[in-house]
Amino acid sequence: MFESATTLSAAVLRGERRPTDLVEEALSAAEARAHLGALISLVPDAREQAARVEARLAAGETPLLAGVPVVVKDNLNLRGSRTTCGSRILSSYVSPYTATVVRRLQDAGAVIVAKGNMDEFAMGSSNETSAFGPARNPWDVSRVPGGSSGGSAVAVAAGVVPLSLGSDTGGSIRQPAAMTGVYGFKPTYGRVSRYGLVAYASSLDQVGPFARTASDLALSLDAIVGPDDLDATSLDTAPRFREALARDVRGLRFAFVREALAGNTSGVDAAMARTREVLEGLGATVTEVSLPTLEYGVAAYYLVATPEASSNLARYDGMVYGSRAAGVREVNASMSATRGEGFGTEVKRRVLMGTYALSSGYYDAYYSKAMKVRRLVADDLARAFADADVLVTPTSPFPAFRIGERMDDPVAMYAADVDTVIANLAGIPAVSVPAGFETLDGRELPVGVQFLAPALADELLVSVAAAFEAATSGAFLREPPL
Amino acid sequence: MFRAVIGLEVHLQLSTRTKMFSRCRADYFGEEPNTFTDPLTLGLPGTLPTINREAVELALMFGLALGCDVEGFTQFHRKNYFYPDAPKNYQISQYDRPIARDGHLMVGGRRIGIRRAHLEDDAGKLIHPTYADYSLLDLNRAGMPLIEMVTEPDLGTPEEAREFLHLVRAIAQALGVSDANPEEGKMRCDVNVSLHRPGEPFGTKVEVKNLNSFKSVQRSLEYEIARQTRVLEDGGRVTQDTMGWDEGGQRTFVMRTKEEESDYRYFPEPDLPPLVITPEWVERVRAAMPELPAAKERRLALAGLREADAFTVAYDVELSRFLDEAMTHGADAQKLANWLLGDVTGWLSERGTPLERSRLTPAHLAALVRLVDGAAITGKMAKDLLPEVMEGADPEVLVRERGLAVVTDTAEIEAAVARVVEANPAVVANIRAGNAKAVNALFGQVMRELGGKAKPELVRDLLGARVAVDG
Repeated sequence: MFESATTLSAAVLRGERRPTDLVEEALSAAEARAHLGALISLVPDAREQAARVEARLAAGETPLLAGVPVVVKDNLNLRGSRTTCGSRILSSYVSPYTATVVRRLQDAGAVIVAKGNMDEFAMGSSNETSAFGPARNPWDVSRVPGGSSGGSAVAVAAGVVPLSLGSDTGGSIRQPAAMTGVYGFKPTYGRVSRYGLVAYASSLDQVGPFARTASDLALSLDAIVGPDDLDATSLDTAPRFREALARDVRGLRFAFVREALAGNTSGVDAAMARTREVLEGLGATVTEVSLPTLEYGVAAYYLVATPEASSNLARYDGMVYGSRAAGVREVNASMSATRGEGFGTEVKRRVLMGTYALSSGYYDAYYSKAMKVRRLVADDLARAFADADVLVTPTSPFPAFRIGERMDDPVAMYAADVDTVIANLAGIPAVSVPAGFETLDGRELPVGVQFLAPALADELLVSVAAAFEAATSGAFLREPPL
Repeated sequence: MFRAVIGLEVHLQLSTRTKMFSRCRADYFGEEPNTFTDPLTLGLPGTLPTINREAVELALMFGLALGCDVEGFTQFHRKNYFYPDAPKNYQISQYDRPIARDGHLMVGGRRIGIRRAHLEDDAGKLIHPTYADYSLLDLNRAGMPLIEMVTEPDLGTPEEAREFLHLVRAIAQALGVSDANPEEGKMRCDVNVSLHRPGEPFGTKVEVKNLNSFKSVQRSLEYEIARQTRVLEDGGRVTQDTMGWDEGGQRTFVMRTKEEESDYRYFPEPDLPPLVITPEWVERVRAAMPELPAAKERRLALAGLREADAFTVAYDVELSRFLDEAMTHGADAQKLANWLLGDVTGWLSERGTPLERSRLTPAHLAALVRLVDGAAITGKMAKDLLPEVMEGADPEVLVRERGLAVVTDTAEIEAAVARVVEANPAVVANIRAGNAKAVNALFGQVMRELGGKAKPELVRDLLGARVAVDG
């Protein structure tokens, strides 16, 4: 289904479409696209959810996302549904509770149909570390869709559902959005509740939507943002995103980040040049700004994220829940064997890296220093925002790469996050907008541009995305050659 | 001669309605295992902690009672270690920003420094069934709020350590911060002890962990001081070990050596923003604080209690609660204390019943004191009534129903005196011959005549007058 959530919910509210039909359409699309590996599991009660939405409509309710089928990344808890995080260690774990953000989608009338494939515990930039196999890019199935929220991106790009949720710790929504040709939004840290999002790196993680139109982006954000008593880091206020859709960007100051303009593929360079023209055409001011700390972002990111991850993932020991290694009697041996068998290589690498960075004697050299660099990155961005309303970078220096191409070289894989991690380190909002295509080996591959705004200015990015979409007549919002 | 240097770490379980970081109910004591849990308590994926405000306020109160600095930034850290009783495999504790710092407590006139007190969540409980090749896990206690209080190494003797703990418990109970009951695991203690010669640097310290009674704190310290003294006198060196206490054998044993110490990899808890304790918040908490034992001691002394009794009552939450209420019923404070600390305590301890679970009410004890004071009954009669009053009987009702009231009718007593004097001319003669003690024989007879219910002073006066008049 390639109709937008805005269109579908309006049709449902008019009584022209039925949620129970939409869920069937999404389920058949999921089946038809199964070869893309976008989904880890179907939600067992999807049809019942749709029926409950119909009952609410019959009772006179007019929810925002009435009957819209949605996929959520498999690190978001949904009661009665598996929550695997793409890991063998949770492969049969069924959650007894629902994440706040998922509940909000349901309260808004959405129907959660499936759980999206992902890099194991969101650790990866290609969806290849999933214990359930890679997700494939619908534009070229030999290529990755990006990661870690690859499955959620593919589900939207390939028309399984109009909306999905991902989580973004260092670019895990924006990078796959760029590589699959859809919108991906990472809100200001604290905008969306993390309660029920399985933590990778708590101080960086943020949930956000994938969508095929700017107005769907606004619709889904309006449904999910807002304070939550169950998340002590959630913000007290929430903007109104739909009101920002029609806001003029004339006179806004855009600054292209100079350090992010080098080292990109020609298709990415072309998209950046075109973006500059489009913005100028919209009456915005376009300048360049230097962000000297950009090059330290990835290093700092891995030394902030992996220590938190080493602690966050300590709970997977097979004692109370999750899989437990067979045939081991002694408790410490059992925990070791369970984790040895249950975690994949990338997770083990990051847990070890994080444990090391926090260890006595290394803390100051690594964790503590990374926190200082994090502060410097935030200061650098604050300085840039003194003269600009929005910063612009490519979302990724390159379009989708081939499956297997970077798996043996973690540092090359981590480099994919160079333009995105700064938003997580500083806690600011950022959006990836479809902005072009690059043809590689005879296949068109989507390219995304990233807009960054100061903390709390999330709705500004929706205005920019909508203006950009209107100015380009949605030229970069195409269905992949399925 | 060696001198002991002792420091204590005390864990108190806070009396909150819900757990430290979730809305899970906290009143699990005595309930079925694993029935007081929620997603956070179980450490389920995706759960997040939120700070229990009640726990923070109890910790503030406790910190204020110990004269600690409690204002400003306080922050939680994660303490990472793998152990099956910790569902997250980390504890949310406090590291370099504890909620309370730099306080003190006076023990027998000596100032014992309190280095810090911080908040943290408790672990679950492992159960090792006898002869089983498995262990069981009960997570009811997991996530319960704890205060960990650390003293400076200011304590000098095992007795002083025990006295310190007694005072801490009294303060915690008086404030309602914690039941501080070691038997229920709500007050647990680790001790640090080293020996040195006065004037020389401190010796190597040994930690004894998981002591669950004041007695084992004292005994383990006595044992360690004796052991370390022997080691040093033999020219040996004390090694920095972590010890356990063998209750059966009454001795310490090595749990782990310094090399086996874990690296807890503390780092700031990213799920909880720093907590700012404002001066206004502190003042609100201070204003709501119940009376502290030291203030209670002064008040009771002013109310007329002997110094020793005022101390005993003020530092025992049940005694002071009882006495305070009894005093509202218009009875003399010292006389109430005499009963409470004497016959009442004796009766209770013979039966192993704590005061708070006895049927004796403050009103009834006050009535008993008033009956004696008003000369309605004698002290002896009151003592005879006590067993029934302890079982919940109202002494005023007993006296009324049984017609026990003392005979104060002078005419009735005079008649009895006359009868006894007439019946015992020889004794009377003996008295008049100068044997004053002989009057006691007559006194006893008069009292018997009146069924023991006469006011003794009145009987003596009238008897004395009669014997003299007849002379």
